[in-house]
Amino acid sequence: MAPDQAAAHPAPVALSEAANASTSPMTDASVPEPDLAPVVFDVKDLSVYYGAFRAIRDASLEIRQHEIAAFIGPSGCGKSTMLRCFDRMNDLIEGARVEGQVLYHGVDLYDAAIDPVEVRKRIGMVFQKPNPFPKSIYDNVAFGPKLAGLKGSMDDRVEAALRRAALWDEVKDRLKKSAMGLSGGQQQRLCIARAIAVEPEVVLMDEPCSALDPIATARIEDLMQELKADYTIVIVTHNMQQAARVSDRTAFFTTEVNETSDTRTGVLVEYDVTDKMFSNPSDERTENYVTGRFG
Amino acid sequence: MSDSATTRDTEATRLLLEVTVSRSRRVRDRLATWWMYGSFVVVVIPLGFILFYVVQKGLPELLTRGWFTQDIPAVSRKPGGGMAPAIVGTLVITLGASLMAVPLGILGAIYLHEYGGGGRLSRLIRFMADVMTGVPSIVMGLFIFTVFTLRFGLMGFGGALALACLMLPIVIRSTEEMLRLVPDELRQGSYALGNRKWRTIVTVVLPAALGGIVSGVMLAVARAAGETAPLLFTIGAARKINPSLFDGPNTALSMQIFSNAQTPYAAAQARAWGAALTLVGLVFLLTVVARIVSARFSLKHA
Repeated sequence: MAPDQAAAHPAPVALSEAANASTSPMTDASVPEPDLAPVVFDVKDLSVYYGAFRAIRDASLEIRQHEIAAFIGPSGCGKSTMLRCFDRMNDLIEGARVEGQVLYHGVDLYDAAIDPVEVRKRIGMVFQKPNPFPKSIYDNVAFGPKLAGLKGSMDDRVEAALRRAALWDEVKDRLKKSAMGLSGGQQQRLCIARAIAVEPEVVLMDEPCSALDPIATARIEDLMQELKADYTIVIVTHNMQQAARVSDRTAFFTTEVNETSDTRTGVLVEYDVTDKMFSNPSDERTENYVTGRFG
Repeated sequence: MSDSATTRDTEATRLLLEVTVSRSRRVRDRLATWWMYGSFVVVVIPLGFILFYVVQKGLPELLTRGWFTQDIPAVSRKPGGGMAPAIVGTLVITLGASLMAVPLGILGAIYLHEYGGGGRLSRLIRFMADVMTGVPSIVMGLFIFTVFTLRFGLMGFGGALALACLMLPIVIRSTEEMLRLVPDELRQGSYALGNRKWRTIVTVVLPAALGGIVSGVMLAVARAAGETAPLLFTIGAARKINPSLFDGPNTALSMQIFSNAQTPYAAAQARAWGAALTLVGLVFLLTVVARIVSARFSLKHA
């Protein structure tokens, strides 16, 4: 399936207007209280099907601006599928279908008039395995802005993105060298720099640290806390401790086995402020998972 | 006392076992190594022999003044003259064939891999390309002769058409293989940045696959440069340099080898060897360029 079906002119305007309208004024040094921040994503009764197989059933949650939301849960419970709904990356999979709504600042991302390519310009993604292009470090970071035709000095933009991603000092002397020569942790930070260089509003991260060593992981977790001030971040992670360290809100997914058809469907069990999720969850399944009784 | 004695015994036994085991292994390893080197030598000998023979026979011709500039002599009994028309002919006809087959082949491969999926049309195209790789080159020549030459006359373009038909399936298949080698994560990364599919192909996939594609193309070109049968019926014979594909008969190095080798005069035979060496040199040059380009633009490099 092509990533750019159903392109329409009204839609991009609608997306950017909606985004601008909802930007809340920032106070000096602090982030707004979690409950007061405007809602960026409002997911309503989302079900995702791959062909006839239902991967997620009736999930609903809200993601607020300048928060880090974490999706945790056992393997195969639909966390990544859910994440990929936010930037319409599921469109790339044959037979993927969505029911329900994913509202981005009030606009349904899956409306027929919305161009998925425009969606992805505002909602960036970092993948589990670092995937820098086989180009120079500079060209990797400049790729997105060049594509989007962003004005201003490209050198400055690249430097700013690399500084944000805490990679500038390590690569400033070899910007023209191949990105493939960097270590795993550096490559992942490069991918983050590449994603933020296009100035998205949201950065989605699909298990960004699972391929990295603990020190690189710690650096990226610190990075997430810094990026929170300017972006909204949603991460999927296998690592509960990471979710507890990093996120403001956590969503716990699990699989439900359908006895009759012998299929497993992912379902959102609970979504709440992280502290509460890990100390005093409402649902028993959540408690079993976070205390290690299963999963 | 018993402790240290036991330790010593265990050590001794262990060392003994190590030596015995590794000796038979070492012998086998050495045998395998000799066998591989031996096979390599066996393979290289005929290659080296051919090369040596061609150089020995052909070099004197190449070193004569005017080999690269003079026209082919009208009377084949006489020595002298040069192969300039054949060199120009080979270059021009191969270039014409490449200009037709390469863009078509690359675009076809892009369609097959990036857009076609498993659909019926792409399966049909792939099947036809496979069939075309097996068609004998002389049959291609006959086909072009019937369809084109009989209607429009002998000219370089007919030869270029026939060679293009030979090159096309090679370019398609090798390009498709290279596209397949580009990891899908690169495409995903590009889409995630808000890049459209065709732009992803142009800015990410093709640059990543470029080294391999160029290498495949060069090999197809090298093969086409050496083909004789498709040119037999389509380009005629010329003795003067003809840089145009559309203006009357032309000649090529492979054709000259063919006709000169069959002529019983010593001068003609010498010219055949010279043409052979020139052709080998040309193909060698193309292969070397292919290696350099593919190494320069390989996937690991920026």
